[in-house]
Amino acid sequence: MAVDVKIPTVLRAQADGQASISVDGETVGLVFDQLITKFPGLRPNLIGDDGGMHKFVNVYVNDDDIRFLDKLDTKLEAGDTVTILPAVAGGAL
Amino acid sequence: MTRFNNILETIGNTPMVDISQLSPNPDVKMFAKLEGQNPGGSSKDRIALKMVELAERDGAIAPGDTILEPSSGNTGIGLALVAKLKGYNLRIILPENVSPERRQLLEIFGAEVTLSPAEEGSNGAIRMAEKISADEPSYRFLFQYGNPANPLAHYEGTGPEILRDCPEIDVFCAGLGTSGTLMGVGRYLKEHKPDVKIVAVEPPAGELVQGLRNLDDGFIPPIFSGDVLDGKTIARPRESIEGTRRLLNECGIFAGVSSGAAVYGANRYISRAMSEGTVVVLLPDGGWKYLSSGAWTDDLDTVVDRANRINYW
Repeated sequence: MAVDVKIPTVLRAQADGQASISVDGETVGLVFDQLITKFPGLRPNLIGDDGGMHKFVNVYVNDDDIRFLDKLDTKLEAGDTVTILPAVAGGAL
Repeated sequence: MTRFNNILETIGNTPMVDISQLSPNPDVKMFAKLEGQNPGGSSKDRIALKMVELAERDGAIAPGDTILEPSSGNTGIGLALVAKLKGYNLRIILPENVSPERRQLLEIFGAEVTLSPAEEGSNGAIRMAEKISADEPSYRFLFQYGNPANPLAHYEGTGPEILRDCPEIDVFCAGLGTSGTLMGVGRYLKEHKPDVKIVAVEPPAGELVQGLRNLDDGFIPPIFSGDVLDGKTIARPRESIEGTRRLLNECGIFAGVSSGAAVYGANRYISRAMSEGTVVVLLPDGGWKYLSSGAWTDDLDTVVDRANRINYW
């Protein structure tokens, strides 16, 4: 069951320069496990010291932030898009 | 009461308008709170006034001082209005890729504008302001991202206005920048109507900031608390501009690009999670400052391409 993972510019060096990677996994956590197996350099960027998500990374399934869904346990369906983005200041300031 | 002693007294009490024609579900009503009706043209007038008032109360600033703030425009314009009336000087650190109207407005109000690099986005403006403030302590740095007066303005003003005008509210949806609107309105509504859901809509800023070296350059506003939110959705430039066009074409509301994003985010939430009820969407500013973006006039692909380089939030 493949989903499409979008890698942000800032992390592409750790992912062979790829912007988009097809990965199998039933949840975001399982997809991350696959990604980290393939590209170990991504681990410190995705996972924090406490084993949860890195503080400055936001992950979206079909554009909804998984911190407000089921976090790493958020379920995925075939064809979903998982977007990884760094947390930066933005918005109408 | 429509007679005031000065322009600052006209801040707040913005109108709420039924925009249910934009709802994807006929059983879900939508209302828009038109923050562009504030005198400086955005919801940021509220926080500008509150930050200055509380700093004055605490003795941290006094007329004649120079206020320093990083802003992509709206907070700067609000502060420029407050500074003019209250006798402060103002220096704004502005990312160089904001719409030209914002810079023009800051300058006609008398603010000194210092540009920060486009590729560093708002993070870069914040860093530059922090450095200037550390090097030259005579500046009075209000720091909207970390100043409790920012959410407080919405807790005391915007939130009560929304519940007063729409007591049947089920969902509140607004754009996420400093998070002040969502934190202040969200806390007020949850205290007074605990079942209300708070939904944030954000631009994909992390895609657009090119100067980010690594994740540790990341930034989360100190006033932000995830506990207040029930959902958070990305609105990309295309969806944001489409929302802005729908507001104009279907509701006659001339609003900014982030307002279109808020409408898009509300619609997504309605489609995903609601069978009936009422949603209030906050529209932070009017369309005036974005005319040069071509948002209403140019081919959609052209505008989207431009929006990937220019900060219209």
